[in-house]
Amino acid sequence: MSKVLVIAEHDGSQLNGSTARAVACASQLGLDAIDIAVLAADGSAVAEQAAKLAGVATVVLVQNPVNENAVAALLAPQIEALASDYSHVLAPSTTFGKDLMPRVAAHLGVPQISDIMRVESATVFDRPVYAGNAVITVEAPEGLILGTVRTASYPAVAQDGAATIETREVSVTLPTHTRYEGLKTSGSGDRPDLQAAAKVVSGGRGVGSEENFSVIYGLADKLGAGVGASRAAVDAGFIPNDHQVGQTGKIIAPELYMAFGISGAIQHLAGIKDAGTIVAVNKDADAPIFEVADYGLVGDLFEVIEELEKAL
Amino acid sequence: MKILVGVKRVVDYNVRIQVKADGSGVATDGVKMSMNPFDEIAVEEALRIKEAGKAEEVVAVTIGPKVCQEQLRTALAMGADRAIHVETDDQTQPLTGARILKAVADKEEPKIVLLGKQAIDDDNNQTAQMLAGLSHWPQATFASEVVIDGDTAQVTREIDSGLETLSVDLPAVISVDLRLNEPRYVKLPNIMKAKRKPIEVLTLAELNVEVAPSVTVLKTSTPAKREAGIKVESVDELVTILKEKGLI
Repeated sequence: MSKVLVIAEHDGSQLNGSTARAVACASQLGLDAIDIAVLAADGSAVAEQAAKLAGVATVVLVQNPVNENAVAALLAPQIEALASDYSHVLAPSTTFGKDLMPRVAAHLGVPQISDIMRVESATVFDRPVYAGNAVITVEAPEGLILGTVRTASYPAVAQDGAATIETREVSVTLPTHTRYEGLKTSGSGDRPDLQAAAKVVSGGRGVGSEENFSVIYGLADKLGAGVGASRAAVDAGFIPNDHQVGQTGKIIAPELYMAFGISGAIQHLAGIKDAGTIVAVNKDADAPIFEVADYGLVGDLFEVIEELEKAL
Repeated sequence: MKILVGVKRVVDYNVRIQVKADGSGVATDGVKMSMNPFDEIAVEEALRIKEAGKAEEVVAVTIGPKVCQEQLRTALAMGADRAIHVETDDQTQPLTGARILKAVADKEEPKIVLLGKQAIDDDNNQTAQMLAGLSHWPQATFASEVVIDGDTAQVTREIDSGLETLSVDLPAVISVDLRLNEPRYVKLPNIMKAKRKPIEVLTLAELNVEVAPSVTVLKTSTPAKREAGIKVESVDELVTILKEKGLI
């Protein structure tokens, strides 16, 4: 029997939306069962959310006080212990999964396939390279297959499942060399999560300053949208790093993406090419963003936003 | 304290790559090659730690064919003290790369290994984590700030939910993100000086490294391209379209 284990991403109380997308990828493998591993200090709430994901057979709950925060060096040996029951282990290709899975792969002596965007068979996968400007089709060698899932390539599975929750003791020696010190979030408050939002309003260097970004936030709030940014805007200190969209930031697939004052470097475009509709507003008619935008408007972003707000 | 810093030769980030018509890969003949931009940031950070008096030596290491020595010369011109070239004509996948770096680290005994968080060609984002895993060392990936304090490092990491801080015991592997620093420009006299700095050439056999299980690349293709849409003339026109499509 071949089974896939999906590693849940969560913050201790909420299952991250990327997990349901990774399950969607897992369901394409055509295996006998999909399980989810929840590693947490107290993971009962997260396990219950995971048990609702369609297609999942068992939620494997591993509770240990050291799992209070997701530290790869501590999670990896536990996942390694769970992996022996499975033919595949997947995690979302978020900073959580990217940090964790290669370490697990090294421990197990197998390669890891990053950013799976298409499952051709249980052993053959497509993944992007060169910031998404090329796609390679790779075949994994015999044995356990480890991978991360490019979440923008998969819609989340439904939440009408009823998996069994099974608590598991994992007794492995864990290192003491790595200590979690804290997390500083940008406190985007009630705004939708960038990676899950149906609409995203994004600003670039053209916004000009941290103060000016308030117009981006204002429009986003009016639309119920998440807020994104280009690398240039983050580098300039207009907005915190967790808003960055692109090759090395977040890869997103909202229904509507509105880019204001973003020129459209290929690294940024790599993060938005799965968006349903792209709207670009830029004062430079030759900006590369217009080459991928469904609707382009050449003009001053502040005037356009003001008019937009009135028209909404 | 010694710092080992990894350097990879990749297609320059400004190049618009072309997939070969026969699907065998990406065209690299006659294409401008450079040091992976993340690795430049890693080299810069190593130099800054040394310049702050917290390290004595910065050793740059690369894996690949002979021509990769160009990127080692760049690292030396930036200020690295010496370099190690692990020569192989084969494509090196992350797990093998990590095995090689572990063998070099076992030999050199650095306190810190600094690597770019990903290479902009294969975008794998694996080697640092794998090296840390193989060595049973701490890892601090996607670093935007590194503070060395005796035998520990405080590393701020750029993660999806914000900025996370880890404290790790040394030796440790740190992978660097874009905002850690801005690499220096190389000055001409330093390029001349770099030519006299030593590069040690090693083979996988000399390091006693076996190639790890690898994935097979079956083909390379061009992704479906997004077509450019239309330019609208006014906000009213835009709003009408978006409303018709039910997007707002």
